[in-house]
Amino acid sequence: MATTFQSSPRSRADADPAARDLEHEVVPVARAASVLELIGNTPILEITRLVRGTLAPGVRIFAKLEGFNPGGSVKDRAARKMIEVGLADGSLRPGKTIIDSTSGNTGIALAMVGAAIGYPVELVMAENASRERKKIIQAFGAKITFSDPMESSDGAILLCRKLIAQNPGNYFKPDQYNNEANSIAHFETTGPEIWRQTRGQVTHFVAAMGTSGTVMGAGRFLKSVNPGIQVIGVEPDDAMHGLEGLKHMASSIVPGIYHENQLDAKIAVSTEEAYDMVYTLGHDEGVLVGQSSGAAMIAAIKVARSIREGCVVTIFPDFGDKYLSTNLWIGWPEWHRKRSAGEP
Amino acid sequence: MPIKVRVPTPLRRFTAGVDEVPADGASVRLVLEDLERRHPGIRERLLDDKGELRRFVNIYLNGDDIRFLDSLNSKVKDGDDVSIVPAIAGGR
Repeated sequence: MATTFQSSPRSRADADPAARDLEHEVVPVARAASVLELIGNTPILEITRLVRGTLAPGVRIFAKLEGFNPGGSVKDRAARKMIEVGLADGSLRPGKTIIDSTSGNTGIALAMVGAAIGYPVELVMAENASRERKKIIQAFGAKITFSDPMESSDGAILLCRKLIAQNPGNYFKPDQYNNEANSIAHFETTGPEIWRQTRGQVTHFVAAMGTSGTVMGAGRFLKSVNPGIQVIGVEPDDAMHGLEGLKHMASSIVPGIYHENQLDAKIAVSTEEAYDMVYTLGHDEGVLVGQSSGAAMIAAIKVARSIREGCVVTIFPDFGDKYLSTNLWIGWPEWHRKRSAGEP
Repeated sequence: MPIKVRVPTPLRRFTAGVDEVPADGASVRLVLEDLERRHPGIRERLLDDKGELRRFVNIYLNGDDIRFLDSLNSKVKDGDDVSIVPAIAGGR
């Protein structure tokens, strides 16, 4: 007997033609001549089960699944754009090595793009970056130089500056923290995709901040087409946190591309609630993501619960398979035991 | 000779910017309690409200992850090195 899968919580779409449009965004499937052409055009997923009964009837939440990018994260977009711009203006040319400081996803993206266009890549990261990510980067043929894990991401930034100072002519540094091409990538791709995929119905855009490129660029685009759209940045609630990829702005070297006045609001998320949300997303929605997605989801739910009508879009920067060996999963047995026992 | 505690950047606001501070105690838990007396506010960044090590904090005793020893009850003696390391690299 055939099994019919019904997305029952979407019954609103049956009655409301505008809402039904949201269900039919076609994501182009490309036949590509280069892996670079496969970057972007990621799907958005409506989050339903985990918020059922907790939102006003006119409120919906969508998550853009950036794990579908070929390098596995949202960072593919910025990496491709920064390298395109470098090639176009001549700052990246044959004989140069692409170098940057990154804890992982940007490193993977740069290593992938470098491999695809035939340029060497060298990455500086703290030694405690996740093992899977280091291996993926090495598989793309890139070199990794480790900085002191005690110095966090700022240590990697400083060591990278030192390496470049020793051999300034050898390197092209995309410099994701200070290169506007990072946020322009999102102005040109992520923002328009969200606008199209929601048929212009997006009212709130919520994104976690590392370099802040996503929230700055996509936010700027969305405000250019509808100034009423609220753009909300998400950050860890403390300098000492476990949200790999995110920055606590007040205690960090603030990225040059971060313009706080372009945000309508900021939401601080604790590491514990973000980790628990990762477990919940896997368990209740069938989506296994990384901790930055957990943080984004927590913030998107807070926004969605504060409004009576609207379409909240957030970004899930990557999937969770790169974090299975990390501290993210330390709490899962206890969480699972409580869930199974019906404890809160 | 006291125990040497290495403090990561995000916690140095509690130690006046110093990256290595002394503390006393016969176990990692007692060392952290002494650390709290000397640098108020640091404890809650490391331990949750049940007194357990936060999931995203790693502590190394002479280079070994205490989760693979006796966790917070791991025995500490004078001259030992205790390193507090956030479980992430940060940045992107």
